[in-house]
Amino acid sequence: MVTVGVLALQGAVREHEAVLAGLGCHTRRVRRTDDLDGLAGLVIPGGESTAIARLARGSGLLGAVRARIDAGMPALGTCAGLILLADEVADPAALAGLPTVGGLDVTVRRNAFGGQLASGEWDVDLTVPATTDGQLASGTGTGADPTDGRMRGVFIRAPRIERVGPGVEVLAVRDGEPVAVRQGPVVACTFHPELVPDATLHRLWLAGADLHDTPSNSPVAPS
Amino acid sequence: MTVELAADRSLVNTGLAEMLKGGVIMDVVTPEQARIAEEAGAVAVMALERVPADIRAQGGVARMSDPDLIDGIIDAVSIPVMAKARIGHFVEAQVLEALGVDYIDESEVLSPADYVNHIDKTRFRVPFVCGATNLGEALRRITEGASMIRSKGEAGTGDVSEAMRHLRTILGEIRALASRTDDELFVAAKELAAPYELVRRVARDGKLPVVLFVAGGVATPADAAMMMQLGADGVFVGSGIFKSGNPAKRAKAIVEATTHFDDAEVIAAVSRGLGEAMVGINVADVPAPHRLAERGW
Repeated sequence: MVTVGVLALQGAVREHEAVLAGLGCHTRRVRRTDDLDGLAGLVIPGGESTAIARLARGSGLLGAVRARIDAGMPALGTCAGLILLADEVADPAALAGLPTVGGLDVTVRRNAFGGQLASGEWDVDLTVPATTDGQLASGTGTGADPTDGRMRGVFIRAPRIERVGPGVEVLAVRDGEPVAVRQGPVVACTFHPELVPDATLHRLWLAGADLHDTPSNSPVAPS
Repeated sequence: MTVELAADRSLVNTGLAEMLKGGVIMDVVTPEQARIAEEAGAVAVMALERVPADIRAQGGVARMSDPDLIDGIIDAVSIPVMAKARIGHFVEAQVLEALGVDYIDESEVLSPADYVNHIDKTRFRVPFVCGATNLGEALRRITEGASMIRSKGEAGTGDVSEAMRHLRTILGEIRALASRTDDELFVAAKELAAPYELVRRVARDGKLPVVLFVAGGVATPADAAMMMQLGADGVFVGSGIFKSGNPAKRAKAIVEATTHFDDAEVIAAVSRGLGEAMVGINVADVPAPHRLAERGW
């Protein structure tokens, strides 16, 4: 069984842990650099991206996450996690002088739709098959996969993906705009798959990153 | 065009509170204070005209803030902005929704507008946070549509003992409920004066269906960490920051202590050299009629 870390400086940590447990993963909360040792993958949850970046300031934690991603560690970022993984943030003032992770070739705009009154729940259209792995497709899961290529997206003060780099695959769209993307073993989305019973996006990430095979106690990123 | 019902927003509204977990929400009275709070790592700010310590000292009727003040604070920061309406004052809540705040606090810190009814929060698209001193009160607020609960404590005192009492009461009552048998839950609902279905859900899950923050008297990093160790999901700090000697440093220290709540070395490190804490008032010295926690029912 693999051990997947959840960055636990602030935000929706518990919800990701529950989804991952439902998919048969061990989880570990990551607050300091040495918590990363031996992890097969890392989830960067939703929360306030500026608060998470400020909490990481001076610790070197986000730089260490980037080094491991560069060495092949899979990562899943949701909402604030997407913002921290993005190579470029369109409104850099709020994160000026703060560490981020980077490595995902997209441009995102924080809080692109306005305040909480612009938040909402909408269906998103998957642009890839719901899973690439038969074993995971029939796994226990926390809910049924959609059969119609859709999943429910909970968008909360959501960011917007304004540019997708050439090596980045779009996994899901809403109104023609990308809302979930993948670059190698890194998956990120503008909504909150951890708040719905449908574990499709987590499965896509785990299956695409080949995480079901990885021994839990060996580092994924030997350098 | 289909009309969006408040129930349809339950997930986005409780979800926003989930995103604030592990964080600190700070009372601010000016855009400058809001920027200091954001720079310190606050996950949200509460916009108001007077912090509770000043409301307590100056007396008089405390009301919703001036819309210009709230607009100024919304413009100053990129994190969520909350604002307070009086208990039962549904038009103040309508105004705050029209201003586009991210959360409304139906708050005992302001003077109540209705001594019988709270706001029917199911009629709003914007989410509400409400105070509670015990489990029954929390469940009644959730039934009325609150998307987030905070224990009340005793605002504006800098004395953490009431926050401690209310948090321990709520969590203790949840533990007691979880130990009851199914046939005992009917009378539990009667005792809690809350709907049976909600009581059964809390008994089954062993937790509230919404996020539980703590408020009212948190003034130091150790106060915040203690509340997190007890099981709070996050912390509101009112007067404790901007009534202290070095607000920027204290705000950052409380944020760090809230994240690293189980690491005494971090709490020790951030507690150094913070300057004067807010002077504070012992709750025991506050005459009962002036205790804010007793507002709301």
